[in-house]
Amino acid sequence: MLQVDFEFRYDRSGAATAAAPQTAPGVVCRWQDPAAEPRVTVLLGASGSGKTTVLRCLAGLERPQRGRIQFGGHVWFDASTGVHVPPHRRNVGVLFQDYALFPHLSVARNIAFGASEMSRTAAARRLEELIDVFRLRGLETRLPRALSGGQQQRVALARAVFRRPQLLLLDEPLSALDRPTRDEVREDLRLLIHELAIPAYLVSHDRVDALTLADRTIVLDDGRVVQAGPTQEVFDHPATAAAARLVGIDTILLGRITAVRDGLARIQVEGRDVWAEAPADAGHEAALCIRAEDVALARHEVIDSSAMNRWRAVVRSEAREGPFVRVALDCGFHLSALVTRDAWQRLGLKPGDEAWAVAKAASIRSLPRG
Amino acid sequence: MDWIAVGVTLKLAALTTAALAAIGLPLAYWLATTRRAWRPLVDAAVAVPLLLPPTVLGFYLLMSTGPDTLAGRVYARVAGGTLPFSFAGVWLASVLYNLPFAVRPFAAGFAAIDRRLLEAARCLGASPVRTFATVVLPLSWPAVLAGLVLAFAHTVGEFGVVLMVGGNIPGVTRTIALAIYDDVQALDYGAAHEASALLLVFAVCVLALTYTLQRRTPAV
Repeated sequence: MLQVDFEFRYDRSGAATAAAPQTAPGVVCRWQDPAAEPRVTVLLGASGSGKTTVLRCLAGLERPQRGRIQFGGHVWFDASTGVHVPPHRRNVGVLFQDYALFPHLSVARNIAFGASEMSRTAAARRLEELIDVFRLRGLETRLPRALSGGQQQRVALARAVFRRPQLLLLDEPLSALDRPTRDEVREDLRLLIHELAIPAYLVSHDRVDALTLADRTIVLDDGRVVQAGPTQEVFDHPATAAAARLVGIDTILLGRITAVRDGLARIQVEGRDVWAEAPADAGHEAALCIRAEDVALARHEVIDSSAMNRWRAVVRSEAREGPFVRVALDCGFHLSALVTRDAWQRLGLKPGDEAWAVAKAASIRSLPRG
Repeated sequence: MDWIAVGVTLKLAALTTAALAAIGLPLAYWLATTRRAWRPLVDAAVAVPLLLPPTVLGFYLLMSTGPDTLAGRVYARVAGGTLPFSFAGVWLASVLYNLPFAVRPFAAGFAAIDRRLLEAARCLGASPVRTFATVVLPLSWPAVLAGLVLAFAHTVGEFGVVLMVGGNIPGVTRTIALAIYDDVQALDYGAAHEASALLLVFAVCVLALTYTLQRRTPAV
């Protein structure tokens, strides 16, 4: 789909982007989408890594100095031939970070802003359809300022997809929201993106977004792509230290929900069972986040513990971290445990030894996915 | 009251304002959104009449549009007649001289609009012109109206440029401001009083209107 190979340099005045101050002098980007089916890609990077600039180059709002951007059969940008298709001819839907809803237009007129090339009846039909899909019925005549953050995002997304764009670009769609709303809206967004079946690129600094929304993850650091691949692979084997920092050093597992009972889910990861709270509105897949400090170790299987998760493991390595020891375990999946040095000495374990890892179901964060 | 002069004044002010809307709106939009390095030069060129004595602009216009100049000959071929001492000449001078009074409020109004709204419109398939009509104007109309009102009022009160380029011809280029000057020269203080009072009341009303507009943000 997208074939990207370009270089963009910020001009010295810094006037090139409206985005946050940049640390890198520019952005160098190169990747190629593998398949033609609609998929969600997250551009993951810390602030200042240039991820928003990449998105703006894809939208046509910025013009790189060098290289080429091609989408399907369309050349959007080619420095060598001077081609630069302006944003209004790319048929791309963009969701801006703060939504950029037109403050003087009602919800309905915001959504139908892109209707100029449609017939009146086609536009009206499309508007009705989107108002249903995005659950905006009853809000049609409101102005954007009279909407909640979540509603504003739904209006902005409905507006972005009104013209049936070939590609969706979402810039930090969740960062404008407070924490509880964010989790709720992320869930909305996940369902909507799948329902719309439009390939999407999503910029984020939050690995939870990548884990819950993305088939593919592209990691950006200091204006460069440091890793691109299936999300699972990127999170399992971060290619660089920067990538590892972004995806986090604690354990993140992707698994399949095999049973749900009384709000508790059994999730199969690499052939092992993990018990955790069932993710809200779960499909078949879940992402599990396990903090290293929530994992306890034992020499022998503990049968009289309240903890639901007891995994036989092999100690891979140990590393001192202040008063603690960080232990890497192989339970079939990789697991990180953080224990006190006293406890570690008392256990007398060393790399290669067999041990048991214990984690309470309540301490595992489970997120719906897929 | 010299109603003929009033008529000339209103016609000049109306046509100048119309021309400034046609030239000034795109120019101000360009100034408010461009990233070109030479933008400050254009800014400066637009603002020059604010500092320049009107006689200087009038002098250069006379020098550059006279019958023997290239511009003068082209104008004679196309329109017949000459620019100096004609209504068209005064109109041209008036438009140039009033450029900053229209363009600066326009540009300030445009610059105050969140740039992301313009980018959002572009990404929704709107051409620059449609973006201007559907997003920029609705969000900046008080500034645009203030600029037009100021330009109109300033043209009504203009003296130096009109005298230099127009030559004070009754019924053609003699505006109220020039009529007052003639009245005083002729010691006809009664007529001067009437016309002056009219302009004073007009100026106060216009300024009150502009300040009201400046305090107002579009109803959003």
